[in-house]
Amino acid sequence: MWEQVFEFLSFSDLNVRYVTLGVFLIGVSTAIVGCFTFLKKKALVGDAIAHAALPGVCLGFMLFESKNPLILLGGAFVTGWISLIVIDLITARTKIKADTSIGLVLSIFFGFGIMLLTTIQHSGNAAQSGLDKFLFGKAASILPEDVYLLAVISTILLGTIILFFKQFAMVAFDPGYAKSIGLPVGLLEVILSTLTVLAVATGIQAVGVVLMAALLITPAVAARYWTDRLGLMVLLAAIFGGISGIMGAMVSFLAPAMPTGPWIVVIVSLFAFASILFAPNKGYFARRLKLVRHKNKVLHENILKAFYHLAEADASFYQARTKQEIMRRRPMQEKLLKKGLQALLRKDLIQNERGDYWRLTSQGKEIGQRIVRIHRLWELYLQRFLKMAPDHVHPDADAMEHIITPEMEALLVDELGRPQRDPHDKDIPYTQ
Amino acid sequence: MIIQVDNPVVEVHNLSVTYHNKPVLWEADFSVPAGNLVGILGPNGAGKTTLIKAMMNLVDPSSGYVKLFDRPLDEVRPRVAYVPQKESVDWDFPTNVLDVVLMGRFGKRGFFRSWSKKDKEVALACLEKVGMQDYQKRQISQLSGGQQQRVFLARSLAQEADLYFMDEPFAGIDAATEDSILNLLLEMRSQGKTLLIVHHDLQSAYEYFDWFVFLNTRLVASGPKAEVFNKEILQETYGSKLTLLHTISNLLTKEGLPMRDEPDLEQA
Repeated sequence: MWEQVFEFLSFSDLNVRYVTLGVFLIGVSTAIVGCFTFLKKKALVGDAIAHAALPGVCLGFMLFESKNPLILLGGAFVTGWISLIVIDLITARTKIKADTSIGLVLSIFFGFGIMLLTTIQHSGNAAQSGLDKFLFGKAASILPEDVYLLAVISTILLGTIILFFKQFAMVAFDPGYAKSIGLPVGLLEVILSTLTVLAVATGIQAVGVVLMAALLITPAVAARYWTDRLGLMVLLAAIFGGISGIMGAMVSFLAPAMPTGPWIVVIVSLFAFASILFAPNKGYFARRLKLVRHKNKVLHENILKAFYHLAEADASFYQARTKQEIMRRRPMQEKLLKKGLQALLRKDLIQNERGDYWRLTSQGKEIGQRIVRIHRLWELYLQRFLKMAPDHVHPDADAMEHIITPEMEALLVDELGRPQRDPHDKDIPYTQ
Repeated sequence: MIIQVDNPVVEVHNLSVTYHNKPVLWEADFSVPAGNLVGILGPNGAGKTTLIKAMMNLVDPSSGYVKLFDRPLDEVRPRVAYVPQKESVDWDFPTNVLDVVLMGRFGKRGFFRSWSKKDKEVALACLEKVGMQDYQKRQISQLSGGQQQRVFLARSLAQEADLYFMDEPFAGIDAATEDSILNLLLEMRSQGKTLLIVHHDLQSAYEYFDWFVFLNTRLVASGPKAEVFNKEILQETYGSKLTLLHTISNLLTKEGLPMRDEPDLEQA
């Protein structure tokens, strides 16, 4: 097994080199075009185009009795485009909504394609063998002449995207405005659609019509998780698509019986899942981590608040307190309190002395005071502006005191006219 | 009451628009003088947005035509700017504030040229005018509704146009933002620019605008505040629809009939 992997990765086999280069080009160029399909929310249309490519491939073969890639690809391109036009026509001219017309066109074109494929397979024409690879894809069947064609088409796709990058971005973001400043939006849309059909048509040999949409859309989905910049997103999608293509080809090399398309899709989906889980900021774990951090912050601030409340009661801010005193003031699990005290100690917000005695530092006092201040300001705000009863405002303030930023605090003080007393007639403590 | 003017900046002639055979704007015919803040008012579904889109050539009229500065839009496009409703775009799009504002510079440069230093300076100056200079690198998904609105305004300012069409620039923003936007619009008017603004609140409309276009599928009135902002016209605009007009428009929709026999000939 590993020997074969190394053999593949050395690219010593000329055939392997061609196949790998082919699927790499397919992966990269479809992913780049797919970014715009994804951003224009046309993912399903991409799927319809892919399925509609099948009858084109079959018709190309039937009419010209040849498996020349240019003819098969041309057929796929033509029926792919026709499906697009039919979708638009149905949506514009009938009462049928877009989702329904996409579903209709996808299944009708695909059904027609399967019908043609079956007819060809039963025709007894020996030359037909291998056409079924267009269903699920077979990277190993990519020949040198295919690669030349792929290289030309990829260059066209990439070149057009680079040339019109800003224009495409504008059309995807705000087509109405783009038109208002004089961009030829209709023409740009046609170009973008043509690129999509072209990308799909070139990809079906390796991935197959059934799963082609995954190669178009999934890299864009994965890339979107990592960045908020369009340029970077397109670059990342290209990398995901390219690597998925190469790895799919490797599977095809190691296990020739395996269909390439599903494997490429599995790999590109792994990229997407990994992105959804692990991406910074937007990923699932990043958001979990944010919640955990917030929870810790709340715990720490609540402990400091309890210190401050104790100090308010006996007017002695730097008095040492025991855990029991704190827990009497604010009931919490001792385990959590211990954890919180240790963390606060590390941040120099409290000091520890003579065993289990704890006292605020001046920074710690300031934070505790700030939390108490925001709590009381917010209670007053709720009472005054939301007309809430004084005995209802406390729970809400308990949550908001950890969320309100210094800027919002300043607004709050302004709006309330720097009040001195909260709804429970407690002092609102300001630092100056 | 429709008061036509000499040397209008905007001239709308018998403009009708249908969506799926349903007339949403019926024979609007009015003109607007230069240097005014013009409020376009009417109830929901009165065709306000449609009127603006038709004036910007974004929807095809089924009859009539529009002239801006006495010319078709295509000949005067650099002098005209459009601010769409902020709900019309996906604010989750991967781009930042400065890049959105730079879109407004598109008309000022060659198709394939990249942004010049001047483009960026103008874009930043426009952001400053709307008080968003500190947000230039901010992702647009992180903006509040009022900030989104101001970014759209800055983008149209970057076009340095003479005539502005704005669709609900005051919708969904706080009072402070509303004040600052209004001040900006007043400043633009004092520079001789003309602004047509779709607005939904009658009370503030009376304070803000000096010329009014009242719509309720048809044009109810167009003229200076003193002459058209009165009880009768407001009642006509916001009162019930005209029964006969409503019936015939329902009939057209139901039967799928066009509201013009030969729209092509009419337009030619």
